[in-house]
Amino acid sequence: METNNRPILEMQHIHKRFPGVHALNDVSITVYPGEVLALVGENGAGKSTLMKVLAGAVQPDEGTILIDGQPVAITNPRRAQELGIGIIYQELSLVNALSIGENIFLGDLPRHPRLPGKVDWPELWRRTSKVLEHVRLRIPPQTLVRDLSVAQKQMVEIARALARNVRVLILDEPTSALTLQETETLFNIIHDLRERGVAIIYISHRMEEVFTITQRVTVLRDGQLIGTLPTSEATEDRLISMMVGRDLSRLFSRAAEATGPVCLEVRGLRRAGVLNDISFHVRAGEIVGIAGLVGSGRTELVRSIFGADPIDGGEILLNGEKVTIRSPRDAVRLGIGLVPEDRKQQALFLRLAIRENISLPVLTRLGTPAFPSRAKERSLVADYIKSLRIRTPSMEQRVEALSGGNQQKVVIARWLATNPKVLILDEPTRGIDVGAKAEVHALIARLAEQGVAIIMVSSELPEILGMSHRVLVMRQGRIVANIPREEATEERIMAAATGQTEIAA
Amino acid sequence: MSVEDSGRQLATDATPVAEAGIAPSGSAISPRPMLAWATRVKELNILVALLILCAFLSLRSDVFLTQGNLFGVARAFSLTAIVAIGQTMVIITGGIDLSVGSVLALSGITTGLLLGEGWPLGPAMIAGILVGSATGLFNGLLITQVGLPPFIATLGTLSIGRGLVYVLTKGYPVTIPPEHQFLLKMGQGYVGSIPIPVIIMLIVTILGTLFLSQSTIGRYIYAVGGNEEAARLAGINVSLVKLLVYTLNSTLAALAGMILVARLVSAQPSAGLGFELPVIAAAIIGGTSLLGGEGTVLGAVLGAAIMGVLENGMVLLGVNTYAQQAVTGVVILLAVSLDMWQKRRRRRV
Ligand SMILES: Nc1ncnc2c1ncn2[C@@H]1O[C@H](COP(=O)(O)OP(=O)(O)OP(=O)(O)O)[C@@H](O)[C@H]1O
Ligand SMILES: [Mg+2]
Repeated sequence: METNNRPILEMQHIHKRFPGVHALNDVSITVYPGEVLALVGENGAGKSTLMKVLAGAVQPDEGTILIDGQPVAITNPRRAQELGIGIIYQELSLVNALSIGENIFLGDLPRHPRLPGKVDWPELWRRTSKVLEHVRLRIPPQTLVRDLSVAQKQMVEIARALARNVRVLILDEPTSALTLQETETLFNIIHDLRERGVAIIYISHRMEEVFTITQRVTVLRDGQLIGTLPTSEATEDRLISMMVGRDLSRLFSRAAEATGPVCLEVRGLRRAGVLNDISFHVRAGEIVGIAGLVGSGRTELVRSIFGADPIDGGEILLNGEKVTIRSPRDAVRLGIGLVPEDRKQQALFLRLAIRENISLPVLTRLGTPAFPSRAKERSLVADYIKSLRIRTPSMEQRVEALSGGNQQKVVIARWLATNPKVLILDEPTRGIDVGAKAEVHALIARLAEQGVAIIMVSSELPEILGMSHRVLVMRQGRIVANIPREEATEERIMAAATGQTEIAA
Repeated sequence: MSVEDSGRQLATDATPVAEAGIAPSGSAISPRPMLAWATRVKELNILVALLILCAFLSLRSDVFLTQGNLFGVARAFSLTAIVAIGQTMVIITGGIDLSVGSVLALSGITTGLLLGEGWPLGPAMIAGILVGSATGLFNGLLITQVGLPPFIATLGTLSIGRGLVYVLTKGYPVTIPPEHQFLLKMGQGYVGSIPIPVIIMLIVTILGTLFLSQSTIGRYIYAVGGNEEAARLAGINVSLVKLLVYTLNSTLAALAGMILVARLVSAQPSAGLGFELPVIAAAIIGGTSLLGGEGTVLGAVLGAAIMGVLENGMVLLGVNTYAQQAVTGVVILLAVSLDMWQKRRRRRV
């Protein structure tokens, strides 16, 4: 480890206040070339804000930033780039309609030597291929970003930072949407970058990752610096108690065994090219976990049940009666809720208030259907803000100002408010911190105990194993295994998901 | 005593509808926390701008502040305001409606022609307004069922509507038989000293505000504009919401058409030509975002008022008629730039 040389970056006594929140309160960090520094903390602890300060997207109220020992003012994102600071945001920021090459060199496209104003395309593709090699992406530089997977987009973002000679690279929850293999590739790239002397600041809620690739860990809580320690001296329990300020049981809250009647039954559900003859049932009070690799059809399955995507055939029965679900509206009316995979695109109204986001599907139930009662709406929303511990100064706060985890809680609150009979959760704890994760798990278990039938899609095997009464494994649009809680192990699930052994459903 | 109580009860129940209607909006605003007020600053801005403009004009012209002039101005911008209210709702859903001018003319002509055929006033007016609503429904169907972008769909309707008007009238104005006093009053009459079009505008403003800010469907309108896919996945019937706003908008345009016919005592085939521009401008000056999800009824009305006062001021100060248009354009650009600048600041801080 080269931590004995001079720091490449120091942030000293940074303060940032937003209306009602002291988001950063005297935070200082130091980063050395060639190291990976983990930045951890609960949702809303201030991690992203600190990094936005560094990237010039947010101006600090107080504090100093030193690069190579020299004080610098990072007044805008462009300045950050010039200083060699690159950031990969929690939300990707590529232009979908442009090619990989154009995205990487946007603002700095190679010019044609003779024709002024014309882009030198061959040169662009050549340079692009070169940077793509560094991120181990073997696709034509002309490919449109729209056609890439999330992981590939992320690699392109990293390539873009590399093309700009980045010296400090910030990765804000880079793996939250990646598969295991893609994560592995990312780690290899991080390793290469370290060898080149790039410093990396790595934000993640996944402890395993912190222990795998980082050399030091900085913990933030409520906008304050709790401490920095070498990763080798940290334990998971110690980090968690630093993050949440109390000891936390990491045991999953398991719902009691489900013995209720079958609540939801799916028979022979089909969708050409995506879903193939899917049949299963969920009992009232039962948590059915759906595992499988990315692209195995899990999201497509739950979206089809919810009426978000059309189906080509099959039946859905609710409490033994056949129902027709042609749109999400039908599903909501029948008491089915869906917490979708991508909260920003599919669930949130970023410019509306928390209150408006939560109450939307239940407006017609608050007093008179046409004119909902504000008082009832407020008390309903206040209840959920309290019970889910959504961190916000006010329910009138726009959702865009919330941290990722708190946004997820808003979506969950919305569906809880509908009192669903069946609740479908697609990656329910993606991007949310350990404390909130435990809360969400407890909440899911409590709902099950109250008799709600729960379908939970998750890419995190510990979550699937810890929560589910029964695990369905999907592969290539089929359910290839149906494993009861007692028999479920990581190995068995992975074997079924990758097709090493098939167990008839 | 109990008798007296129940008597009082009855008396309260019998409060006129208008008053009962106003009450909830007042009571809903008062307990709102500071934050909600901060988000309303937008309207406050326009109001302040309007007041400054008025103060300036009253210093430069003796006529401006007279009651007669002020009501005249209000009557002049009332049509823009009424239609801008509907347009605001359309824009909040992320759409746009270019066809309002044609709808205004088409509904006026319909009523005019039917009166000429000897129809009684009531049915003729209702028919005129229904033609407007139907056009809006048609727009909505093109957008939600055929999947046309709102700009294209309503551009088509704009052309069809205007064409129909010329076909129906062969280009000649339709005069209104003078026995229809009621209609004429709608455009030219007063209650006390307030022109009736202004009263209609106030009523539409109050109802529109109640609808957009207090009703369930109002909330759906913001949701659809804020994130259409999320709205659909929350169980909202997005198509229905869109059909509704386009229908409502065209209905308001038709109402404006009636008022115009009444004011001119004739239905002009060229009525409302280019009317979509000031209407959209009013909505945007009033803080409606063309990206959708943002805007208020009050903002739209204040936007229309600013444009109306500005126009009046330029006339009073003797500004060249041709220059007036240019000034209006500058004001639109200024208003929107200021708005964007403020939003960026609020986000960055
Ligand atoms: N633009 C803003 N306006 C108001 N408050 C904000 C704004 N941006 C962030 N905040 C607040 O600052 C605090 C820190 O947020 P931040 O996004 O940095 O958290 P985080 O540690 O990245 O959380 P997560 O793990 O959920 O991503 C939160 O309380 C958040 O609501
Ligand atoms: Mg964050």
